[in-house]
Amino acid sequence: MKKLLKGFLICSFLVLIGSGLSCSGKAADPNTVTLWHWMNDRHAAIEELASRYEEQTGIKVKVELFAPPDAYTQRIIASAQSRVLPDIYGILDKKEIFASFIENGFVANLTEEFAKDNNAWEKSLFAKAVDVNRFKPNNPQNIEPGIYGVPIDVTNIQMLYNKKLLEKAGIKTPPKTFDEFLAAGEALKRVGITGFVAGWGELWMADCFASNYAFNIMGEDKIMATYRGEVPYTDPDWVKVFGVFKTLSDKGILIEGIVTKPNKDAEQDFALQRAAFSFNGSWCVNVYHNMNPDLDYGAMLPPAMNSKFPLKIWGGGGSSFVVNNHTPNKEKAIAFLKWLTGHEQQAYLSESTKNLPANREALSSIPKILSQFASAMDDTTHPTIWKFNELPLVVENFDKGIQSIIIGEKTPEQVAAEVQAVKEREIEKAKKRKR
Amino acid sequence: MSTPSAKQVSFNKLKNNAQNFSFILPAVLIFATFYIYPFYDIFKLSMHSWNGINLHKTPVGLDNFFELMTDGIWWKSVWNATYITLIALTFQNLLAFGLALACDREIRMKNFYRVVFFIPPVLSEVVVGLVWKWILNPSVQDGQHIGLLNYFFDKIGLHHLVHNWLSDPNTALTCIAVVHSWKGFGWGFIMLLAGLQTIDRQLYEAAKVDGAGFWKTLTNVTIPMMMPVILVVIILTVLGSMQAFVLVLSMVGQGLVYHTEVPVTRILSAMTGTNRFGYACSMGVVFGALLIMVSLAFKFVSDKVKQA
Repeated sequence: MKKLLKGFLICSFLVLIGSGLSCSGKAADPNTVTLWHWMNDRHAAIEELASRYEEQTGIKVKVELFAPPDAYTQRIIASAQSRVLPDIYGILDKKEIFASFIENGFVANLTEEFAKDNNAWEKSLFAKAVDVNRFKPNNPQNIEPGIYGVPIDVTNIQMLYNKKLLEKAGIKTPPKTFDEFLAAGEALKRVGITGFVAGWGELWMADCFASNYAFNIMGEDKIMATYRGEVPYTDPDWVKVFGVFKTLSDKGILIEGIVTKPNKDAEQDFALQRAAFSFNGSWCVNVYHNMNPDLDYGAMLPPAMNSKFPLKIWGGGGSSFVVNNHTPNKEKAIAFLKWLTGHEQQAYLSESTKNLPANREALSSIPKILSQFASAMDDTTHPTIWKFNELPLVVENFDKGIQSIIIGEKTPEQVAAEVQAVKEREIEKAKKRKR
Repeated sequence: MSTPSAKQVSFNKLKNNAQNFSFILPAVLIFATFYIYPFYDIFKLSMHSWNGINLHKTPVGLDNFFELMTDGIWWKSVWNATYITLIALTFQNLLAFGLALACDREIRMKNFYRVVFFIPPVLSEVVVGLVWKWILNPSVQDGQHIGLLNYFFDKIGLHHLVHNWLSDPNTALTCIAVVHSWKGFGWGFIMLLAGLQTIDRQLYEAAKVDGAGFWKTLTNVTIPMMMPVILVVIILTVLGSMQAFVLVLSMVGQGLVYHTEVPVTRILSAMTGTNRFGYACSMGVVFGALLIMVSLAFKFVSDKVKQA
C-alpha cells in the first residue's frame, strides 16, 4: 500500500513538472516553419500550398487553424504574453495593437526584404495591400518606418445586389445615389422583399458602413480632425452620418434583427435571397458560391449621399502575415511568405478560395464578380492606413449608438452628444495620466 | 515491550504529519499554480494600465476601481446578470422542483422523463444558443416566418405575438434568461429528485394517516426535509447564472446596445475590444468579490436554516 502511495506521489510530481516543462515551449525544429491562421475558408488551400512548398524546398510548413477570428486574436495576444508565438502569424487588431507587437519585438521588420532586387517583391503586390502593413515616417505610434507584414490577398467591402429580386421590384439598374437607394428599398417593400441585410451584430461592420458615409459627407480631413479632438461629434456632419441609420431604419429597409445579426447569418440571408441588398467584403464571393451557386448578383459602391466628397470604402490588404522576430526560423519564414505571394501561388489561392489576390499579376484569372470588387480598389481606405485612429472606448460607444438609433431607442443627436461626452472624458483621462 | 521515548513519539508524529501533508501537496501545488498565482496576478494587473501586449505596465493605483465604481454600463451588466439569476431562481427552479415531484411519484415512463429532462444541461451552450436563435429568428422569406416561434404564432392566428425577440430591448434579455433557465433546469431537477428520494416514505404515510392533502404534505413534510438540497440548488443557480455568458454570445453576439451585457461580456469587451487589460482585471476582481459575498450570504442563511 505504502509503495502504491509513494508511486502515486512520484507520478503526481512528474506530471506537474512535465506539464511545466511542456508550457515552457519546445525547441524549434529547424526544418519546420509554423504558421497560425484564422481563415476557415482558406485552410485547405494554404495547406495544399504548404505541401507543394515542402515538395519543392524540403521545408515543412505546419499550418494550424484557430477560428473564428475573435478566438484567434485572443490566442495571439495570450501567446505574445507568454512569448510562445509561432514563426508566422497574423495580427487582426487595431494599428495601435500592431504597433505594440512591433514595439515589443514580436514582429520582424521586412523592409529590407521588400527592397531587395530594386523593390521587386513590393512592386509585385498591390500598393494598398502593402500599405496596411507599413508604418510611415512620423507615424503617431512612433514605430520605426518600414513594412512589417506580408499581404496574402486584398479585399474591400461593398454593397451587393440580387439581380433577380431587383427585377421583381421593377428596378432596372442598381441605385447610384442614396435617394435612389431609398426609392429602391420602398419598391422592394411594396412587393414584399426585404431591402437590406448586413452583419451589424458584428459592430465593426456597422462602423465600416458609417465610415463610408462619413468620408462621403465630410471628407477625410474633418474625420481626422474629429479623431484628434478638434471637431466634436455633435457637428451637423456627424449627426448626418448617424442619420443615415435612422433613415434606413425609418424607411423599413433593414432586415428584422439586423443589430444582432452576425455576418455569417447575413451572408446566409443574402445567399438564400431573403434580402435584395447586402453589405459585405470580397470574401463573400466564396461564401455565396458555397451557399448558393446559382445566386445572380453584382457588386456596387454604397450609394453616395452627395458628390462633395468621394465615398471611400474599407479595403486594402485583406489578410496579412507577420514574421516572429524571435524565431530562429526567421529566414525560412520570410522565404515561405515570398513564395506564397508569388504569381502562381496567388493564382491558385485566388482560384480556389475566390478571394482577390495580393499579387497584381494573378488578377488575370479571377471571375467577373471579383473583377467588380477589384475595380473599386482605388476607392478604398482603411483605419490601419489613417494617420489617426479614434480611441477604442469612443468607437465602442459610437457603434453601440448606431444600434440604439436602428432600434429607435435614441435619436442621432442624442447619440452624437453621448459619443462626444465619452470622447471628452477619455481625453481628460489621458491628460490626467500624462500629468 | 519497551515504551517509545518522547523523542521517538515526536519524530513519529512529525513523520505522520509529513506523510499526510505529502498527500495533499500535489493538490496544493496545482491549486497554488492555477488558482492562487493567477488570482494574485489579476489583482496586481488590476492596478495597472496595460494593453495586453506591452512589456511595460503603467501603475495606476486604484484608478481602475474608482472608474469602475462610476461605470454605469458595468453596473447595468451586473443588474442584467441579476435579472437572469432571478428568472433562473424562480422559473428554472420551480420547474425543476415541479418536475422532480412528478417524477418522484409512481408515474408511467418516469425513467424516460428523467432522461429527457436531463438532455438540455448536457448540450453545449453554444449549440443551445444557436438553436434558440433560429427558433426566435425574426426574418421572413416569401411571406413565411423563418423562426419557429413566429411561424407558430402566425399559423395559429396570434399575429400580434409575432415579434423581433432578440433585437428588442424589452424582450432580448428575458429571452436569454428563459433559454438559460431551460438549459439549466435539468441540474436542479436531478439534485432535487435525488433529495426527494432520500425522504423517508413513512413520513408521507404518517401525513396521509393524519389527513394531510398534497399541499399540506408539500409544505409540512417535503419542503422542510428538502431545505438543505434546495439551498445547494439555489447557491449553484446563483453562481451559474451570474456567470452566464456563452448563451449571450451565441444568441446576440456582441450584444444589443448594452441591454444584454453581463459582467463576463464586459470583461471580455474590455480585454479584446478596447484592449484595457488592467481595467478588465479590476472588473474580474470586483465581480469575484461580489460572488464571494453572495455565496457567504447564502452560507449564512443555510446555517441559520440548519439551526432552525
